[in-house]
Amino acid sequence: MNKRVAITGNEAVAEAMRQINPDVVAAYPITPATEIVQIFADSVSNGKVDTEFVTVESEHSAMSATIGASAAGARAMTATSSQGLALMWEMLYIAAGLRLPIVAPIVNRALSAPINIHCDHSDTMGARDSGWIQIYSEDAQEAYDNLIQAMRIAEHPDVLLPTMVTMDGFIVSHGMGNAELLPDDVVKKFVGEYEPEHYLLDVENPITVGALDFSDWYFEHRRQLADAHTRVQDVVLQVAKEFKEISGREYKLFDAYRLDDAEVAIVVVNSAAGTAKTVVDQLREKGLKVGLLKIRLFRPFPHKEIAEALSGLKAIAVLDRADSLSLMGGPLYIDLRAAMYNSPGPRVNMVNYIYGLGGRDINMEQIAGVYDDLMEIAKTGKITEPVTYLGVRE
Amino acid sequence: MAELLEIRWHGRGGQGAKTAAILLGEAVSASGKYIQAFPEYGPERMGAPVLAFNRISDEPIRLHCQVANPAMVVVLDSTLLGKADVTAGVPEDGLYIINTNLSPKEMRKQLGLTGGKVYTLDATQISMETIGRAIPNTPMMGALIRTTGLLTIDEFVRNTRERLEAKFRPDIVEKNIQAIERAYQEVQGEE
Repeated sequence: MNKRVAITGNEAVAEAMRQINPDVVAAYPITPATEIVQIFADSVSNGKVDTEFVTVESEHSAMSATIGASAAGARAMTATSSQGLALMWEMLYIAAGLRLPIVAPIVNRALSAPINIHCDHSDTMGARDSGWIQIYSEDAQEAYDNLIQAMRIAEHPDVLLPTMVTMDGFIVSHGMGNAELLPDDVVKKFVGEYEPEHYLLDVENPITVGALDFSDWYFEHRRQLADAHTRVQDVVLQVAKEFKEISGREYKLFDAYRLDDAEVAIVVVNSAAGTAKTVVDQLREKGLKVGLLKIRLFRPFPHKEIAEALSGLKAIAVLDRADSLSLMGGPLYIDLRAAMYNSPGPRVNMVNYIYGLGGRDINMEQIAGVYDDLMEIAKTGKITEPVTYLGVRE
Repeated sequence: MAELLEIRWHGRGGQGAKTAAILLGEAVSASGKYIQAFPEYGPERMGAPVLAFNRISDEPIRLHCQVANPAMVVVLDSTLLGKADVTAGVPEDGLYIINTNLSPKEMRKQLGLTGGKVYTLDATQISMETIGRAIPNTPMMGALIRTTGLLTIDEFVRNTRERLEAKFRPDIVEKNIQAIERAYQEVQGEE
């Protein structure tokens, strides 16, 4: 077995980047993702990687330079958070539209205003329709493992899509926990050499990148983008299978925790899933049939598989660390409800809790309270409040 | 989950509460246990009251919420007493280690504690005499190792020396190790 170390999420992700040894990294520091860039920059200065490190003047430029490098044929990465991701906005769509397999760890943090540097999923939820693959991580171990797997997913010839791997700001990025890291040679072999089929520096086979594409062909190219997303799930599962062989750790599209005989369940992403699993264990000891589903792959959304896993439950609570301001709940809830609408079987009662905005703590008592509410809904079949703001002063 | 030990560190910005939590976490992790170490994330200002936390268990730790009911409290600066609520959320049988020149009995009275255990150590004095500066975090770790028996002092010193060597000059490392070893001997209990 590999050695278990005490490590923060940022350190684990920066270590994965060192082991991946990308050709180009262009980045601009932002809290709480600064350390990823800083630690990786140390690896560059100390000659531990061969990476061309580009210091840029903004995140917009960071993504632009990453796109340029990737289009040229390089394995290119960046890292950011919050306002940084927001400033990359127009370039995110371009990376996806150009089908560039850029991989970026993103540290989840609230968006201004008011100014707040703490954990919140508004940043990556806002980028959910940009065409990037999104993989969410509960802790440092998952962030490390997911980043390594993301290289293979993004660069797979059936996929060729940019991929972001997220983890919770401060809670995971700065909190020290335990993780097992893989040996350098194992990671190197797993990610392999990047051999793009078409790239700008292939002077024997010149191509055009970023051409004008009006009503004659734009639609077809966007349709191809959607088509590429339909192939992601199989690749994610195949890469996970191979990753298990080198690590012993199992990854799927989502993590179904004590869900088999559950009557009610919480659906959640990232670090709150860990706290909620502890609550599930405590309630199970009391004989209550509660479970949890933690989404790993959020874009593309494995809606059929998730709906199947949740069908037959009596009540579901979706926990969102972001608001959509549609007044219909947070982004996870809206997608989950749509997925469940098409699922066979009787309609499942679903409620939404928006929690933890701007880093507000979510504790075990609050999560146990959500399970209480669910059991009441399961018993009565009645929903009084479809969307609840959990742990806020009203 | 099996036995979970939660520790809260009270200090002032610059006294090394976060560093102490991290060094303790790393040393305990190296012994095979599972750990978490994290500060309370707020504005970082020299001298302002700060908190840091540890979780320690024989099983993987999945909790990602704040520590609300620590079984153990370490106070790096006695001027915080009466200002920071060091007993908040601590169970009746909680354990306190306080950096002060008062005795555990006097400290118990000042905190109004009836149960639990109180230990005291003049960590500021020790750090002045060994390191030459008032940096009470390393001696307080020595006191914590003595009172909890989480690790043997040899194991702790060996591991902490390794961590410190990566960051500091050899003479600074030795002074910190001296502070830890003295604290291990000098921490006072109630009997």
